[in-house]
Amino acid sequence: MSNMPNPPATMLSISGVHTYYGNIEALKGIDVEVNHGEIVTLIGANGAGKTTLLMTVCGTPQAARGHITFEGKDITRMPTHEIVTKGIAQSPEGRRIFPGMTVFENIQMGAMSCDPEYFDQDYARVTELFPILKERQNQRAGTLSGGEQQMLAIGRAMMSRPRLLLLDEPSLGLAPLIVKQIFEVIAEINQTDHVTVMLVEQNAYHALKLAHRGYVLVNGKIAMSGPGNELLERPEIRAAYLEGGR
Amino acid sequence: MAKATRPPLNWLALFKESGVAALIALGLSIVMFGLRTVDQQGGLGVQTRWSWVVFAVVSVFIGRLVLAIYRETRQPPHTPSGTQDSEQNRFAEFVRKISKVVAPLLIIFAIALPFLPFSSRYIIDVATLVLTYIMLGWGLNIVVGLAGLLDLGYVAFYAVGAYSYALLAYYFDFSFWICLPLAGIFAATFGIILGFPVLRLRGDYLAIVTLGFGEIIRVVLINWYTFTGGPDGLSSIPRPSFFGLPFSRRVPEDSETFHTFFGLDYSSMHRIIFLYFLILALALITNFFTLRMRKLPLGRAWEALREDETACRSLGINPTNTKLSAFAIGAGFAGFAGSFFATRQGFISPESFTFIESAVILAIVVLGGMGSQLGVVIASILLIGGTELFRGLEEFRMITFGGLMVAVMVWKPRGLLAHRDPTLRLHAPSHTPESHKSNT
Repeated sequence: MSNMPNPPATMLSISGVHTYYGNIEALKGIDVEVNHGEIVTLIGANGAGKTTLLMTVCGTPQAARGHITFEGKDITRMPTHEIVTKGIAQSPEGRRIFPGMTVFENIQMGAMSCDPEYFDQDYARVTELFPILKERQNQRAGTLSGGEQQMLAIGRAMMSRPRLLLLDEPSLGLAPLIVKQIFEVIAEINQTDHVTVMLVEQNAYHALKLAHRGYVLVNGKIAMSGPGNELLERPEIRAAYLEGGR
Repeated sequence: MAKATRPPLNWLALFKESGVAALIALGLSIVMFGLRTVDQQGGLGVQTRWSWVVFAVVSVFIGRLVLAIYRETRQPPHTPSGTQDSEQNRFAEFVRKISKVVAPLLIIFAIALPFLPFSSRYIIDVATLVLTYIMLGWGLNIVVGLAGLLDLGYVAFYAVGAYSYALLAYYFDFSFWICLPLAGIFAATFGIILGFPVLRLRGDYLAIVTLGFGEIIRVVLINWYTFTGGPDGLSSIPRPSFFGLPFSRRVPEDSETFHTFFGLDYSSMHRIIFLYFLILALALITNFFTLRMRKLPLGRAWEALREDETACRSLGINPTNTKLSAFAIGAGFAGFAGSFFATRQGFISPESFTFIESAVILAIVVLGGMGSQLGVVIASILLIGGTELFRGLEEFRMITFGGLMVAVMVWKPRGLLAHRDPTLRLHAPSHTPESHKSNT
């Protein structure tokens, strides 16, 4: 993953963002930039604010201060359902598939906000990335295994033809082999489909290996940032997130 | 999988459980059955009915014992989720096959009913009542079954529909056919008015607010005496006409009635049968509308909203519009049913729109299996037709209602037909779907 994309034009820019849950300040002035074609990862301990940052990009909760711009447009105050139609797709924490619906219906839900003309093409692509989804297409999504549900969540997000894909802990609770498989697909989505990826992870080792750049969140602030492989070499990162955590 | 050997029944525990239930029954029935106030010379006297108490206690004891034995012997307590699910799928598959045959048969039967040899005025009246509840159940199914919004005040929209027709006819002399769509629109508007404040609420909180809304409508109807007639209600609501031809014995000058136009002898059954077909048509429209909606993006969005609101939002679905449309459409159908009710009864008062009506409609939806259209039909026939059938039992009639509910909840805790039929099935895995283009 050493080759950087050609023009490092900013796609998503988060500047000086503060987010509160009631009186609790979860994000204390965050600056993050995501360039076209990159995979950017956010790592950090539990409660550092990783998920909050991802959710703030999506507008629930909204940032109290600061600005978020996507492809030059200010999306800070937009309602969530409008943000997603702008070309951002999200695979939320805990997968959040629709358990009572079939796999195919779940995938259809992903395509709700975009032109039905592309459906066949996109569906073919998603099932190419995750062949298991095609095998299971008539099955209730709630009966899938954890790994399959995660694949469905990513596949569903891809159906809205996003330019930026936000992934919240895709490795959560999955077997190492499945994690590897999912991370391979994320790389594939990024390279072949030219989708920019912002990845929130606890699994720092895999995430930093995959990502072009990484940010380390500590207590609602960015503590460190840099290219993924560089961060992997840093002794403080190794001590805090890798050794013993692997 | 090897069946786990079941431990022998623990009779002591079973008797203890039944004994506790019988004790509670005793405590309740002493006051409710045992003592009864009667008019006597010089005031009220107390009459005792100890035999009733004994009967209640014994029947509760035996019932509880049978229930407990059934529960213990039914299955090993923890079936692995996988097998349970495949069992459910098999049942769903079975129901799907059955309903393909049963649904058209039921419709044909419903159409033929008035002309069958055994049908009488009484049977058609009961069928009309059952159909009214089926329609209300189908309407509420949109809100509760599909969109997952627990609405305990559904009867409010029924009331709005009934009063819109009655008041429009009273003040403006509008005919039934003009009022029917207007009543639906009014009720839908009230659905949106209710929808706005409850947008942020879910589950229990939503249920409480809708319950309150239902009561507000009823209390307003009682107290706004000058406009609605208050507790006296509104009477002599005009009867519907057959596209302008009234069902009356007396033929007005220079116009025709139903029986003269078709060259029939006058019969009071004509109107009864006409009303029956009217509610049948309205109910079927509700059903076909719902079935169609489920295949459209909005209907799918309702179901998605029921399953996971956060995920919905992250997929670009506007939850505000989705919820409001569910409330409005559900309420609109209640409005249609309400104006039918008004024209059938010819008299309405707030008495007809109490909370118990909401509870009955909700019970129909829940017992039928949330979201199941055929389930609503079966539950309505059981609950409404059943209690009607036992009218001879007089004051014990409601016991059959309660007994039915307990039986269904024990036997099928998620409702009679608790499964969700996918709106679309793909056959071979290699087959690419075509129908979505019209759907998405």
